[in-house]
Amino acid sequence: MSTGMTTRERLAIDRVHMVELDADSRSRNFDEVNRGLTPEEAVREAQRCIRCTNRQCVAGCPVGVSIPEFITALADGNLREAARILTRDNALPAVCGRVCPQETQCEARCVRGIKGEPVAIGYLERFVADWATANVAELGDEPLPPPTGRRVAVVGCGPAGLTAAGELARKGHGVTIFEALHDTGGVLRYGIPEFRLPKTIIDAEVARLLALGVTVECNVIIGKTLTLAQLREEFDAVFIANGAGLPVMLSIPGENLKGVYSANEYLTRVNLMGAGRDPGSTTPIIAGKRVAVIGGGNTAMDCVRTARRLGAERAMIIYRRSEEQMPARVEEIKHAKEEGVEFVMLTAPIAIGGDKDGWVATLRCLRMELGAPDSSGRRSPVPVEGSAYDIAVDVVVNAVGTRANPLLTATAPELKLNRWGNIATDDNGATSVAGVYAGGDIVRGGATVILAMGDGKQAAAAIHDWLNRR
Amino acid sequence: MFDVISNEVLAPNLHQLVVRAPRIASSRLPGQFVIVRAEAGEERIPLTIGDADAAAGTITLFVQAIGASTQRIVAVPAGGRLRDVAGPLGLPTHIRNWGRVACIGGGVGTAVLFPLAKALAEAGNEVTTIIGGRSARYIILADELGALSRELLVTTEDGSLGVQGFVTQPLEGLVADPARRPGAVFAVGPVPMMRAVAELTRPHGIETVVSLNPIMIDGTGMCGGCRVLVGGEAKFACVDGPEFDGHLVDFDNLADRLATYRESEASHVCRVAGKEVA
Ligand SMILES: Cc1cc2nc3c(=O)[nH]c(=O)nc-3n(C[C@H](O)[C@H](O)[C@H](O)COP(=O)(O)OP(=O)(O)OC[C@H]3O[C@@H](n4cnc5c(N)ncnc54)[C@H](O)[C@@H]3O)c2cc1C
Ligand SMILES: Cc1cc2nc3c(=O)[nH]c(=O)nc-3n(C[C@H](O)[C@H](O)[C@H](O)COP(=O)(O)OP(=O)(O)OC[C@H]3O[C@@H](n4cnc5c(N)ncnc54)[C@H](O)[C@@H]3O)c2cc1C
Ligand code: FES
Repeated sequence: MSTGMTTRERLAIDRVHMVELDADSRSRNFDEVNRGLTPEEAVREAQRCIRCTNRQCVAGCPVGVSIPEFITALADGNLREAARILTRDNALPAVCGRVCPQETQCEARCVRGIKGEPVAIGYLERFVADWATANVAELGDEPLPPPTGRRVAVVGCGPAGLTAAGELARKGHGVTIFEALHDTGGVLRYGIPEFRLPKTIIDAEVARLLALGVTVECNVIIGKTLTLAQLREEFDAVFIANGAGLPVMLSIPGENLKGVYSANEYLTRVNLMGAGRDPGSTTPIIAGKRVAVIGGGNTAMDCVRTARRLGAERAMIIYRRSEEQMPARVEEIKHAKEEGVEFVMLTAPIAIGGDKDGWVATLRCLRMELGAPDSSGRRSPVPVEGSAYDIAVDVVVNAVGTRANPLLTATAPELKLNRWGNIATDDNGATSVAGVYAGGDIVRGGATVILAMGDGKQAAAAIHDWLNRR
Repeated sequence: MFDVISNEVLAPNLHQLVVRAPRIASSRLPGQFVIVRAEAGEERIPLTIGDADAAAGTITLFVQAIGASTQRIVAVPAGGRLRDVAGPLGLPTHIRNWGRVACIGGGVGTAVLFPLAKALAEAGNEVTTIIGGRSARYIILADELGALSRELLVTTEDGSLGVQGFVTQPLEGLVADPARRPGAVFAVGPVPMMRAVAELTRPHGIETVVSLNPIMIDGTGMCGGCRVLVGGEAKFACVDGPEFDGHLVDFDNLADRLATYRESEASHVCRVAGKEVA
């Protein structure tokens, strides 16, 4: 038992390394790269936590998971208690344990990180969450309050919508999620590839919601199939979490050539539709031997690693700043490198060239150098005069970002938007329309899973208050 | 799940499906479409809503089975079910009274044209309809369109029905005659046909609306796959269209992008059937 361990003993333990699939073989399949911890490893890692009193890690977590508490329970070998604490605070722990940028959140604040390596909080979260999923029966059914008779509509089945739905169902409200696509999960399903987040994890999280009595209706597009006004008539409150699904175009010549994809199309074909991945899928994809992915975020890393798995011999990241400035998670960059991805830094595409049949053939690029820091403090890239050159390519994927999709808001003029087209809300997620709340990427612009979930949780609390006041 | 109420063969490889989809039936407007999947694993297939009965909660689809996924859709019998039907998507047709309008349909485009022609006639337009096909067997909806048109002209490539040739021939006559010249032309069909119609009306400055059929995935503006060049600008056909000013559309680019997966689809045996109806 760890309870009796001294701080010195805890400090003597080295951080665990999670087993990963061998880079060479994994870059040819979609199996999950990170294999998880063994129970022994997990308990040992949990014992590294020195249980400091100021709980900085919790302050670094956008949903305020009781990190020291669940880790302590785990260190004591009490998995059931660890799971209870974690799933109470976080609706999608198995997802967060896999895709959260812990190195800039909880782990960045860990006291042990000052003089060494922080506790592997993300790994531990994943371990406990996976244990909870594998032991649902043992954990038993969650006690639910009697139904309140109030009904809430949730627009979008991504992390924000799923989180809000769970929270509201736990308060006894009737919840229906309307999802435009034919399946659940939002970006978790159509964007993030299986090698980082297996679909079974999403399925399990959704199954948990269904068990709470949440209804999910796919193939319903709010703004088209039903309007927001109709939802407001039919339901007591509405939570809008329709994400930021509108690709930002590169706006360079050649963008309409065959073989040029937006990241959303490329990833959706493979992840949601199974193209190139699932032998039963009838959706095609142009695989490409030489694939250039433009951008430096998580989306770009997902695209380029997908390209490798579809058989690209050269899979390249084209980014106009330097590697230190890439917004992608450190782990994704490391994994991409191990898998043979080429990083073409300080390079900006200016045109896409085609062959006589209209297929993409070259990516014309300019070399960049870093100039003076801009308002954000980042040194901005400046083109090097006369440095244009061509890279031979078969496929180009644009992963420079997404914006708010206007499909819903165009048919709901009563909703106030900000100047980027995102829905304007107060700190509780309330929009300009009474009873209508919003959160996640549709409010923030492309952000993170955990921030979207935080919004869902906060809005659910505000909706609950609002329903009680009526 | 969406119940298929009836499934009839109208022409070789062309089926008319009536599907229960109450929400779509009551919210759709002419010019809009749905995305359909017969079963899990299938492609997401855009299909125009040919007609709807809000009271019965049904929509009518006209499906030309050209590839694997459309074949699977038409194979669902009455009493069967389609896994996914999402919509209505796209912008509705801009309908007003132009006085005289011409509606031109080629092949399965005739089915897409039907709700449009109906709405135009209901708005008080005097509709001249020209529909064309490879042979008499491929001419569809002639009676239905005839009933709402002042004049219905039929062309077939082999001359087995109506005038031998292409739809552009009777249209040329209309456009050349000041007494019959339409105030607006609506054309739906294969890309070369829509291009020919647009080229024909351009010198006369006749407003020409075409309905584009790029390859789509989500149909909600999320993936950008359906982008078409209109007036030199990239537009997403699923949210900005599918109808556009035919004089501004880059048809070369559209034809090119439609050919993206031709090679990978060619491995399907059913491609043969696709060739026959093309
Ligand atoms: C490729 C990729 C990789 C990423 N990697 C990471 C990562 O590693 N870590 C991380 O923290 N974040 C990552 N992100 C960001 C993260 O996924 C998003 O911030 C998060 O998913 C936003 O959640 P959301 O619930 O607001 O919206 P979404 O996940 O976008 O979900 C919105 C849902 O609403 C549906 N919808 C849209 N319009 C309508 C409508 N009108 N009616 C009904 N339904 C509608 C959509 O189909 C979708 O299912 C990544 C994003 C992408 C694209
Ligand atoms: C807005 C819109 C409305 C449409 N309405 C109708 C309709 O009412 N009835 C109908 O029968 N069809 C309609 N179509 C066309 C229909 O979606 C395609 O025929 C279908 O996607 C082909 O799928 P498949 O898997 O059977 O064929 P595939 O095996 O995918 O393709 C066979 C061949 O068709 C080409 N192709 C693929 N997708 C399309 C496409 N979207 N349009 C044209 N060619 C394509 C491929 O390149 C290939 O050469 C519409 C398309 C759009 C975009
Ligand atoms: S089909 Fe994806 S944006 Fe139009």
